[in-house]
Amino acid sequence: MTDFLLYALLAGLGVAAVAGPLGCFVVWRRMAYFGDTLAHSALLGVALGVLLNTDLGIAVTAVCLLMALALVALEQRGILALDTLLGILSHSALAAGLLVISLLPNVRVDLMSLLFGDLLSVTPSDLWIIYSGAAVAIFLLALLWKPLISITVEPELAAVEGVNVARVRTALMLITALVIAIAMKIVGVLLITALLVIPAATARRISSTPESMAVSASLAAMLAVLMGLAVSWHMDTPVGPSVVVCATLLFCFSLGVTQKS
Amino acid sequence: MNKPLISLKSVSKSFAGQAVLQNISMSISRGDITTIIGPNGAGKSSLVRIILGLIEPDSGKLESSAELRIGYMPQKLHIDPTLPISTCRFLQLANTSHQACHRALDLVGIPKLKNSPFHKLSGGEMQRALLARAILREPNLLVLDEPVQGVDLNGQNQLYNLIGEISKSLNCAVIMVSHDLHLVMSATDHVICLNHHICCQGRPEQVTQDPAYLDIFGKTSIYNHRHDHQHSLQGEVLDAQGKHRHGEGCQHD
Repeated sequence: MTDFLLYALLAGLGVAAVAGPLGCFVVWRRMAYFGDTLAHSALLGVALGVLLNTDLGIAVTAVCLLMALALVALEQRGILALDTLLGILSHSALAAGLLVISLLPNVRVDLMSLLFGDLLSVTPSDLWIIYSGAAVAIFLLALLWKPLISITVEPELAAVEGVNVARVRTALMLITALVIAIAMKIVGVLLITALLVIPAATARRISSTPESMAVSASLAAMLAVLMGLAVSWHMDTPVGPSVVVCATLLFCFSLGVTQKS
Repeated sequence: MNKPLISLKSVSKSFAGQAVLQNISMSISRGDITTIIGPNGAGKSSLVRIILGLIEPDSGKLESSAELRIGYMPQKLHIDPTLPISTCRFLQLANTSHQACHRALDLVGIPKLKNSPFHKLSGGEMQRALLARAILREPNLLVLDEPVQGVDLNGQNQLYNLIGEISKSLNCAVIMVSHDLHLVMSATDHVICLNHHICCQGRPEQVTQDPAYLDIFGKTSIYNHRHDHQHSLQGEVLDAQGKHRHGEGCQHD
């Protein structure tokens, strides 16, 4: 097997593994639009990274984390409904990103690869970033698992029982931002939410505890990455969309299974 | 007189310029059963959330004793059906062991539901499960916000009786919110009638005679339902013969 394919496979599996449990929270807490907003702001990160001549991965991660913190702060002030707020931030970040990129002289940024991912160009140093990011995210999710479930079920009850709801929620937002920053390479800005939501929805059909759903979602996402790479290799299709289509096929297949309650 | 578990001193709170609570002072000691009643929008839930420490008052003070342990039963709870969680697992979120959860479910009378998915529980079962989670923390103060919401009238009486028994056996104080006094009359020692400020308070039979209470609730609004028969789980009338009195114009057997 050629090296680039092996790197692609490892990168895809690493992101898929963490997309599973995180995607479950996105589904449980109805955060899909939040994921979209962070993904769109990743493009602004790329633009700023090029502008400031820094590592793009670091720039994207920094912008995503800042955007998550901004959202937390704005949400707490409660000026606007959350979806309005997300709509404003999401599309202004996307537009600002495109604007900055178009203004940069003599720089050609491959927009298609940003929007839809470019798994086959993963380098060993990308792999290193992806795996350390995924490891941090999984470690934090495991550490905060119980309070995260508790605030998802009922935040006020969790607060009375001694959970610091604001802190745990902020942590979840930051973990989401981190995962989106590293997943951008795999499926691109426009398809990240799909990689979070679709495997989790698939896993729900066959799970009866939060933990089994998280693990199944990881496995479903990893299977989708394997299938997507195979499809892409044999049919010469773009990898990101192939992965998402395979995840959707798995979901359709899961509809045939009687849902566990 | 023992030291109160919790006391509020001249607490006020407003949201967006609207005064929701004005100058509220009250205290709860061990074993007290206090009911807060008031019309919709009177600030009952805000008062409860201040007592729970979920929101800060704008002015005034909340003092709680060092040994205060609150068990909270929220009004109702909606769990997204995409989150698979069993009733037992839901209880364990209160930081307790398997055995403790089973005991609590026994105590509230739903031991068979421990493996049922939480989002499939009926209104009455859900309230019992919430009560179980509240008592799992071995509280000395139970805070119940409209504990019988979404429960039919017969079930409401049972639930109030259960709350009374449990608070007695755990020897804990109770703060209960209700918009319906007659149901809780027998189960409560002290009633606070709230409409942004404390209109009147005292023993239930005193409060129902108080002009401030009558102003808000009126004399006639107290519906004296006498449930003189019982229903099976399917809703059929059991043992109705001879005991069930028919109203005027009543056509059924």
